[in-house]
Amino acid sequence: MELIYEKSVAGRGGVRLPAPDVPESGFPEELRRGEAAALPEVSELDLVRHFTNLSRRNFSVDTNFYPLGSCTMKYNAKVLESAAGLFAPFHPMTALLPGGEEHAQGSLALLFQLGELLAEITGMDEVTTQPLAGAHGEMTGIMLIAAWHRAKGHRKKYVVVPDSSHGTNPASAAMVGYEIITVPTAPYGDMDIELFRQAMSDEVAAVMMTCPNTLGLFNPHIREICDIAHEHGALTYYDGANLNAILGKVRPGDVGFDVIHVNLHKTFGTPHGGGGPGAGPVGVKKGLIPFLPAPRVVREKDGCYALETDLPHSIGRTANFFGNYGVLVKAFAYILMQGREGLIRVSEQAVLNANYIMSRLKGHYDLPYDQTCMHECVFSASRQLKHGVHAIDIAKYLIDRGFHPPTVYFPLIVREAIMIEPTETESKETMDAFIDVMIEAAELAEKEPELLQRSPVTMPISRLDETKAAREQNVCLG
Amino acid sequence: MSHCPSTAAEIGEMLAAIGVAGVDDLFAPIPPSLQARSFELPPGMSEFEMLGRLRELAGQNGTHLTHFIGGGSYEHLIPAVVDHLAGRAEFYTAYTPYQPECSQGTLQALYEYQTAICRLTSMEASNASLYDGATALAEAALMALRITGRHRLVIDGAVNPFYRKVVATYLADVAAEVVEIAPKEGLTDGVRLDAALTAETAAVIVQNPNFFGGVNDFTRLAEAAHGVGALLAVSVYPVSLGLVKSPGEMGADIVVGDGQSLGNPLSFGGPSFGFIAVAKKYIRNMPGRVVGETVDREGRRGFVLTLQAREQHIKRHKATSNICSNQSLCALRGLIFLASLGREGFAELARLNHAKAEYARRRLAAVPGVTVVDSTPTFNEFTLSLPRSADEVVTRLLAKGVAAGVPLGPYYPDMENCLVVTVTEQRTREEIDLLAREVEGALWS
Amino acid sequence: MTETYYTKEHEWVKIKEGVASVGITEYAAVQLGDVTFVELPQVGKVVRQFGELAAIESVKAASDIYAPLSGKVTRVNEVLNDRPEIVNEAAEDAGWIAWIEPADLAELANLMTREQYDQYVRGLA
Repeated sequence: MELIYEKSVAGRGGVRLPAPDVPESGFPEELRRGEAAALPEVSELDLVRHFTNLSRRNFSVDTNFYPLGSCTMKYNAKVLESAAGLFAPFHPMTALLPGGEEHAQGSLALLFQLGELLAEITGMDEVTTQPLAGAHGEMTGIMLIAAWHRAKGHRKKYVVVPDSSHGTNPASAAMVGYEIITVPTAPYGDMDIELFRQAMSDEVAAVMMTCPNTLGLFNPHIREICDIAHEHGALTYYDGANLNAILGKVRPGDVGFDVIHVNLHKTFGTPHGGGGPGAGPVGVKKGLIPFLPAPRVVREKDGCYALETDLPHSIGRTANFFGNYGVLVKAFAYILMQGREGLIRVSEQAVLNANYIMSRLKGHYDLPYDQTCMHECVFSASRQLKHGVHAIDIAKYLIDRGFHPPTVYFPLIVREAIMIEPTETESKETMDAFIDVMIEAAELAEKEPELLQRSPVTMPISRLDETKAAREQNVCLG
Repeated sequence: MSHCPSTAAEIGEMLAAIGVAGVDDLFAPIPPSLQARSFELPPGMSEFEMLGRLRELAGQNGTHLTHFIGGGSYEHLIPAVVDHLAGRAEFYTAYTPYQPECSQGTLQALYEYQTAICRLTSMEASNASLYDGATALAEAALMALRITGRHRLVIDGAVNPFYRKVVATYLADVAAEVVEIAPKEGLTDGVRLDAALTAETAAVIVQNPNFFGGVNDFTRLAEAAHGVGALLAVSVYPVSLGLVKSPGEMGADIVVGDGQSLGNPLSFGGPSFGFIAVAKKYIRNMPGRVVGETVDREGRRGFVLTLQAREQHIKRHKATSNICSNQSLCALRGLIFLASLGREGFAELARLNHAKAEYARRRLAAVPGVTVVDSTPTFNEFTLSLPRSADEVVTRLLAKGVAAGVPLGPYYPDMENCLVVTVTEQRTREEIDLLAREVEGALWS
Repeated sequence: MTETYYTKEHEWVKIKEGVASVGITEYAAVQLGDVTFVELPQVGKVVRQFGELAAIESVKAASDIYAPLSGKVTRVNEVLNDRPEIVNEAAEDAGWIAWIEPADLAELANLMTREQYDQYVRGLA
């Protein structure tokens, strides 16, 4: 399919702009740009056809089952878009003008109330909505921990993570200047607690955990791990990527976590947008509140909302304004609609669905950790590898059969990993259809491996030369 | 509401297939001592009741305001096609395009977006977007430190104060010294910026137009920076690029900015997207996702996420950044916006902004006691000096439904009487005339 | 006489007339897949045995390369900047990465011979 630039015809006009109601004005020649930027020149009809046809080259939750482990691709309620639209016209600077808070009471109220709901859901004392993504939340959280240690005069060098952790965990800690200590996962599927004990020292600033972990397993020793960390004067960080499994069942704040982040685009049903925008609010226990990013939304005695900017111990700002507000509105709307009983139903159904898929596929794929999983399960394609079929080949075959593949090659500790997270919004028929195709793929791996290795063949393109892309680095049309 | 389709019968079938009696059995790995101590949330509601509640909240924002404020967020027109096309579910309910064969929609759109950013900024390579303009500037600072191996940054105090705060927050735990060059009477102090460059400087960081609205040509500063082996990083307001000399033409090494003004609503400050563009030789140092062109097994052109070895999911603690996502949908809106306006339309939009602001500038300068601070040309923002506290004037005008400008007192010492006024194409002549009348009224009646 | 020694991290070092040339083994290159980038060290860089020397990237992986011997980097294989694929084509020959002026040849005792390395690799499978 042609690029929009390739469809452009010089002189073709775009949307008509409003007529000027003020005189033209000159702009100094020496400060003007040389030539107008070579943006597309297409008719509106061609524009609409281009992007409409482009969109049809995507799989999406609204068109295909999308069981990406660790991503929680649940249904994105359409009414959430309407909800966000209600707050689209409001300017963020209004709240920062003298006398402006009066004109932002509704916008500020939503931020405050969302913070309260998230704090209750996670068992934390206060929540900031400023971080713009999960990884951004992790960075903010580790900065809060670093500030806390600095204020106490602690000299800390390390952050401890399990080897099953998402790459953003060590990357975020490194951005804040810490060195990483990685603890291996034991054969029973959790971070090896003995090796963890040995790795801990008084130089560790924080321990970052995901629970359930990236294998979809709940670590029953999680409180002990938090206690050991605290004994060494380290704080504990909870990566909320897998919160969907434990809503209403376990709260990280109750278990011993000091700082957490949640992914609104995962657990709280806001759309993924093809890779963003998301939002990663961070929750903290009391002792860390003074370090939260500025400004903070507060509710005054008269019930009015205000922005507190005088925060001498704050780590500063992690984003331009208050966070990805449009995303925050959608998550708020989602929580209001679900309510208490709805959120509990979410985790129960998510866990049921994942265990159902696991029990039906376990005869056909190697299951490295054969125990009750939570909201996702991890298989290995090592059995299929004996026939020369890799996890990626299974994935590509699924595309030909109309399913977005599960996550493959993560977590790194499982060879040929296939991580499946159906989420609670899928029906049994959909899951059964997926299971049937996965079983078919396992059979084809034995009888006709070349078929899998050739796939996909039904899409507009077949497998791409990624080496060529990395070596040539053609990232924009000349 | 849950959106859980499973009926009681189906749940029973699944439990049987698993071999457990009830859902509670699946939560057995969780020790009772770890169970939630509290889960006090209100009961759920229908989508209709939820919308009613949110309408009520939105209503608490009071009367509609006429915006003459910016500060990093700008009210611009958004053609109907943007919502319509970006609202297609295949775009917005898709995930990151890790499986390129079923994600060519997103991937090609991001390649087209990268191309648009390169062309706007006159640079060679762009990524698939960052979170916002402020974090993009912080990433540019970190990038400059990595590329040069030096530890010193020089930043113009006329850069947006919130952006400078974010840069400071990002650098707090990094071994780097930040030297801030205070503006001189509301102007970028080019002489002192130049003088601050040493052999230890990684980059000099400026903004165009700056926070006061002033437009500068940084070509000489780029030469001076290169002369000591430092980089020039420019944060640019994208709509201005329809008229103003682009940072690439000035010799900038890293260009960043915020894309909200391109097809994304105000939405109380987010979501938006940050853009970054660099010289091709720095492409490996660029944080975030990048889409590249390649071919498939049949030689057909396709697009794929590339240079992923730089990113956190492979390099982990040695990654160029911890950033995992981009602002894909917001960047898509930006692309559709630019394609809808087109080459000529975008230039026309910029001219319209400038014309409206010039008209407002003349009308306000004619108010007794009011002077314009900027002595350089401006684009669609300018700074006024008032005979009394800008806070007072802004408060009075807010009560009349007009957000007159951003008072500079909180951000710059000795500028409590100054106000930055923003005028986009959305402001009508009548609104501008009203602003002038009301400012005069606030000052003199 | 040219002797080649090997490390556990899959680097090789060939000593010839007092100069040590260094690269990654065929095995490592196969594990990495198509090499897309080699981050060459600076000439003049001082390295310790088993310390970080360079880095290498493929489409799906990134790896550090460690110095088999302590010493100073005297030459780097600039050709790899434009043609990193040479590492895949000839990892133990034309795909060399750097020359090191060794500080102490006694350190060779800490490395493996070809036979020992081959056995080590067999054990990894």
